[in-house]
Amino acid sequence: MSVKVYIPCDAAALSMGADDVAQAIAQQGGHDVQIIRNGSRGMLYLEPLVEIETVKGRMAYGPVGVDDVEDLFAADFLNGGDHVLGHGLTEQIPYFANQDRLTFARVGVIDPLNLKEYERHGGLSGLKKALKMTPDAIVETVLESGLRGRGGAGFPTGIKWKTALAQPDGQKYICANADEGDSGTFADRMLMEGDPFSLIEGMIIGGRAIGADTGYIYIRSEYPHAIKTMRRAVHIMENTGWLGDDIQGDGPDFHVIIRVGAGAYICGEESSMLESIEGKRGQVKVKPPIPAISGLFDKPTIVNNVLTLASVPFILSEGAQAYADYGQGRSKGTQPFQLAGDIQQGGLVEMAFGVSIDTLINDFGGGTYTGKAVKAVQIGGPLGGYMPPHTFKTTMGYESLAQAGGMIGHGGLVVYNEDTDMMSMARYAMEFCEIESCGKCTPCRVGSVRGKETLDKIAAGEDVAANLAVIEDLCDLMEGASLCAMGGLTPMPVRSAMQNFPDEFIGPDTKNTKQAAE
Amino acid sequence: MVTLLNTVEDAAARAICSAHNDRPDELLEILHEVQAGTGYLSDEALRTIAFALNITRADIHGVVSFYHDYKRSPPARQTIKICRAEACQAVGANDLIAQAQKIFGVPLNAGGADIALEAAYCLGNCALGPAVMIDEQLYGRVSMKGLQKLSMKHFEGSKAKAVQTKELTSKESKS
Ligand SMILES: Cc1cc2nc3c(=O)[nH]c(=O)nc-3n(C[C@H](O)[C@H](O)[C@H](O)COP(=O)(O)O)c2cc1C
Ligand code: SF4
Ligand code: FES
Repeated sequence: MSVKVYIPCDAAALSMGADDVAQAIAQQGGHDVQIIRNGSRGMLYLEPLVEIETVKGRMAYGPVGVDDVEDLFAADFLNGGDHVLGHGLTEQIPYFANQDRLTFARVGVIDPLNLKEYERHGGLSGLKKALKMTPDAIVETVLESGLRGRGGAGFPTGIKWKTALAQPDGQKYICANADEGDSGTFADRMLMEGDPFSLIEGMIIGGRAIGADTGYIYIRSEYPHAIKTMRRAVHIMENTGWLGDDIQGDGPDFHVIIRVGAGAYICGEESSMLESIEGKRGQVKVKPPIPAISGLFDKPTIVNNVLTLASVPFILSEGAQAYADYGQGRSKGTQPFQLAGDIQQGGLVEMAFGVSIDTLINDFGGGTYTGKAVKAVQIGGPLGGYMPPHTFKTTMGYESLAQAGGMIGHGGLVVYNEDTDMMSMARYAMEFCEIESCGKCTPCRVGSVRGKETLDKIAAGEDVAANLAVIEDLCDLMEGASLCAMGGLTPMPVRSAMQNFPDEFIGPDTKNTKQAAE
Repeated sequence: MVTLLNTVEDAAARAICSAHNDRPDELLEILHEVQAGTGYLSDEALRTIAFALNITRADIHGVVSFYHDYKRSPPARQTIKICRAEACQAVGANDLIAQAQKIFGVPLNAGGADIALEAAYCLGNCALGPAVMIDEQLYGRVSMKGLQKLSMKHFEGSKAKAVQTKELTSKESKS
């Protein structure tokens, strides 16, 4: 019988040469191997991670390079033989074993486009239940689970769905936000590449709940692999009767359309995304009306992040309580955290809310990749603050993090080492806002440019005290008078850098004399 | 008198619009497809699309100029996208960009005939930075040496592909 060999087709694994490794393994003569391309297990530091199916379970080897292949065969890795790259059973690797994998239960386990395997691993059971429930009952279940939006704002998903359901019958839409623009985040991408059916299943359930017959998935153009996989997954579900008219013969109609973004961070903001789906400039719109009342093509629309929607099948299948049993306080369930930046063991860690920053970056992450000391962790993407080490006991939850002056955003943690120049990070935050502003409001469009210039002046030692006051003033203005969080939260990284690392905002002269004195 | 009505200036763009049923809400997709064919969006293509979708050229200009992906002039033979977002900066993306500009001899985001360096704002490979993308292929932990190798590899790949297509078409035309 042939030996099953799993080699990920996840973009991060491909970025480290997974295709070449797959080819090298396939080309080793005299062995009966069946290569399966799975998603990634999330231990990105071990990619390409090759797994061999043995009687004991799947054995992990990684990171495997093309040059290691011959050696692995010589060590009889097809029978789980010992090798320096061996890590034993994949599911016993602490990094993996210590996670709470609900949303990512199948990611890395199965061939992402094998619908039978999807079903065998629990897929479609949530949808099958939902098809027998009333829309009200589905909404109630999501409400009870405590699920909140994973796209950044943390709004209760059930309430959003309830609002859309309450709108008069007629055309409604459900949109999956796969714009994932935050630096340090890649969970949406991994889910779409590793378990695309779960996103579609969540969308069909959402459609059934609010009475929408059409769903859009808006994927950023930077994700060609995810786009390809999602397109194929939609096709497979159409061909098997899970998408289209009368799902499975007697179900509701549901169609999924994939739209590709065109390189604009702001299109992750929901009203901008809806404009973009309509073929327009991605300019942010004033609320109200909220999309649940008047969204895409002026119809009731729910916009949810990929992770939010992909969590729904579990909730329907296992029950609201099973999900709500995880987490802390009003942050229920799990969050796929993403460890990025200068980190030894970067990757995806799905954990119940309540895990500390310290556990994530040190126990899971193993500290920095460069071996230098950690200076700060930026949580919640480019609009999130820089958290210094003395805050690392803070637990990850919407409320706990907010209390510590941070935000969870999309769950990305970017680690910076001691060499990081906080002044240049603050400047970058302003510059990013300048590049990505949709241009609608002046504090964001112009304020970001002025902010950048003023920080340059401080860096050059020009009127430091006066210019620091200008920055404070500008930040107040941006926070108070911007229409959306792009302009409104750009001050967050800027201010947190200034507050936590004031020594770096004193201009060059003082810095130089200080260095000379040391 | 010159009448622009009904003139199809760019047949490929016209065909793409037709395939999308001339729907204005499909504009982004149409622009992506036209650009995938020619590498950029020419004046002729934009006029053709505006006419087909029955929208103004000003509207199209508004859309094209809003999104970073759309190009209005022919691209370099190879575009290297280097991520300069935070997680990649944390592992030296700025140094990589500085070196790349020097070694390839082109400034960031300024074109070039052979090689263009383009800043990317997160490629979704933030645990394995610095990240780079060439021809939709993603790379992680990229050093300057690695980048030169990748650039060569893709140049050779595109040459081989060009030869292949040439052979294929000449075979087809013979048979
Ligand atoms: C500047 C900006 C960028 C955003 N980017 C994203 C994004 O990439 N993905 C996402 O899901 N939500 C993003 N959001 C949040 C969305 O506006 C919206 O709240 C979210 O998609 C709703 O889904 P959820 O309730 O499931 O989180 C962004 C918001 C702002 C202001
Ligand atoms: S804050 Fe910035 S991005 Fe948001 S609407 Fe205003 S200009 Fe647009
Ligand atoms: S920040 Fe560079 S790939 Fe995400």
